[in-house]
Amino acid sequence: MTETLKNTGFEEMTLNMGPQHPSTHGVLHLLLKMDGEVITEARPDIGYLHRGMEKLAEKRTWGANIALSDRWDYIASMSNNFAAVLGPEKLMNIAVPKRAEYIRIIMAELNRIASHLIFFGTYGIDIGAFTPFFYAFREREMILDLYESVCGARLTYNYFRIGGVSADLPEEFVPGVKAFIKYFRPKLKEYDTLLSTNPIFMDRTVGVGAISKEEAVDWALSGPNIRASGISFDIRKEDPYSVYSEFDFNIPTGKNGDCWDRYMVRMNEMSESARIIEQALEKLEPGDIMAKVAKVIRPPAGEIYTHVEAPKGELGVYCISDGSTMPYRYKVRGPSFVNLAILQKMLRGLKIADVVAVLGSIDIVLGEVDR
Amino acid sequence: MIYASQSLGDLWVWLLERLAEFCGWLGIPEVIRYSVEKGAYAIGLLVFISLTALVLIYMERKVSAHMQLRYGPMWTGGWHGWSQTIADMIKLLLKEDVIPDKADRWVHRVAPIVVFVPSLLGFLVIPFDKHLIGADLNVGILIIFGFSSIAVLSIFMGGWASNNKYTLLGGLRSAAQMISYELPLVLSVLGVIMTVGSLKMSDIVMAQKDVWFLFTPNFLGFIIYIIAGTAEVNRTPFDIPEAESELVSGYNTEYSGLKYGFFMLSEFTNTFIISAIAATFFMGGWNGPSWLPGIVSFLGKTYLIVFLLMWFRWTFPRFRVDRLMDFGWKFLLPLSFFNILMIAVWVLVKK
Repeated sequence: MTETLKNTGFEEMTLNMGPQHPSTHGVLHLLLKMDGEVITEARPDIGYLHRGMEKLAEKRTWGANIALSDRWDYIASMSNNFAAVLGPEKLMNIAVPKRAEYIRIIMAELNRIASHLIFFGTYGIDIGAFTPFFYAFREREMILDLYESVCGARLTYNYFRIGGVSADLPEEFVPGVKAFIKYFRPKLKEYDTLLSTNPIFMDRTVGVGAISKEEAVDWALSGPNIRASGISFDIRKEDPYSVYSEFDFNIPTGKNGDCWDRYMVRMNEMSESARIIEQALEKLEPGDIMAKVAKVIRPPAGEIYTHVEAPKGELGVYCISDGSTMPYRYKVRGPSFVNLAILQKMLRGLKIADVVAVLGSIDIVLGEVDR
Repeated sequence: MIYASQSLGDLWVWLLERLAEFCGWLGIPEVIRYSVEKGAYAIGLLVFISLTALVLIYMERKVSAHMQLRYGPMWTGGWHGWSQTIADMIKLLLKEDVIPDKADRWVHRVAPIVVFVPSLLGFLVIPFDKHLIGADLNVGILIIFGFSSIAVLSIFMGGWASNNKYTLLGGLRSAAQMISYELPLVLSVLGVIMTVGSLKMSDIVMAQKDVWFLFTPNFLGFIIYIIAGTAEVNRTPFDIPEAESELVSGYNTEYSGLKYGFFMLSEFTNTFIISAIAATFFMGGWNGPSWLPGIVSFLGKTYLIVFLLMWFRWTFPRFRVDRLMDFGWKFLLPLSFFNILMIAVWVLVKK
């Protein structure tokens, strides 16, 4: 309770923001205690989208879990697929063919661009600018078209397989990606003129919801959120999985860890992803797309933690195998869930208008928070 | 002589003369003649306002759509979905009128009327053309600002009566915002009033016969007016009372059906009034090339400003509520005082 409240005898107001609210990005429920427009306490209430993914995983075969993984962070399914296949592959010591590795990386990086585009569009709406959304979706649509040409799906791809990928690239895919990258680079500048450097936008985001380096580590943030605070932590560099060590790319970092830094890190990451895709396209050579894997997948008993750098942060899967066709335990570390926790600390003392600015800037997907 | 004129105002005067002749011939008292004259104008005005609202809503949809790489309504009515707004209006009329359980029913019902009536009354003193003005009062502009400030009350009533925390916040925000921005709004117009030396709308238009005030030192006043005017009609970047991503829909969250329609209509009529005043005060009103009818010139300028406001709306993000106050009180208000000072010096030098 703030001083004014104590002295005047006015009451705090409790505001239930969500689960039905236009800018809680799904079904997040925020319990806000407010002194006028200033937030004195914020409590995220999650679970409205809980589907029991981890329990479901225990009753499905290793292969079938890839299809489940599509539904964690449903706007970056390729990265989820990536996390889902790495564990069993390591347990079974499967060497994935080179071509499949490059295809995986192209897919994951395209997905990173698509995910950040959604962030860009919805963040504009959160701040009150509606138009960027449509520009972002125009480009995202092209990525989805490319995906559709490969695996037939536009949202839940189920494209990765243990030991490779499900289908080889169609003929028009590689030229399509090249054309997209060529088209996409100038668009990034367009976004900057449209939103990034807009004085009102900067007024709303610069210095708002700053996270210090120490806080970012303490709250176990990952992905663009920790990088915005100035810590260059990226699993693609720290613990390279797949063939990421072959690629030359930078890790954009911020300085102050405020909303604008988090926003800019994502904007810069898109062009870095484009660089990775270009390099991967050059290295792509004809070959197998699947390793020789037994029909029935039975990883040897053991446990393993594998993680990938998903668009939202560190997406880890800790799986225990008892040697059967189904995982014994399948724990998912969703970056959105972990990143969301710091919200209750950041929101204290901010205005209600900042809630959406801060919530948008940590870029959560409720499908991954609740699982 | 009607054929010689190109102006709707002249036609109106001609009609009034015929009416006066007719009344004189029949010996009808002056009171009745006056009532008929004003009644006819009022009906014309109401028709115009409803048409304007339809056009503005359609225009907003199309402008926003094309800025957002969309087409907007394309099917209803055939040509580019021209009748979409009419269909929407019918839908609004047919919708259930919901009053929340614990709402203050009376205030909840009255608020849409309180918002709509002043926005209609503002049209009384807008000079559409030479002689085409409801009442050429000697306090013309004050009447408009007086009426437009009533709108605050209604938004506050609506926000308060709905018994919803979001609407309450929206109502409080709008009260703070509209009161703060009324000052720069009025002060920005003061420069023009000082230049002309009259509050009468027709005088202000006549004073711009040679050069629009936009191209004089009053330019600064124009900028301030557009900014404050955008805030006054609650459009982005100042749409804080209804901030969609924060307050769901702000003060009108709990309104539905026709009552919501009134709120929406008044938003568009207010937009039109603010643009019309800008056209009158800074862009010469119905002054224009001699071959162009005055009303066309006036509406053209007004719609240009309307387009400008829509352009703002669909490209700018929203201010935060406390920054908005800072901007209004710490920047816009001193700037408008400076503007007044500058105009005063300019007027003195010109003399």
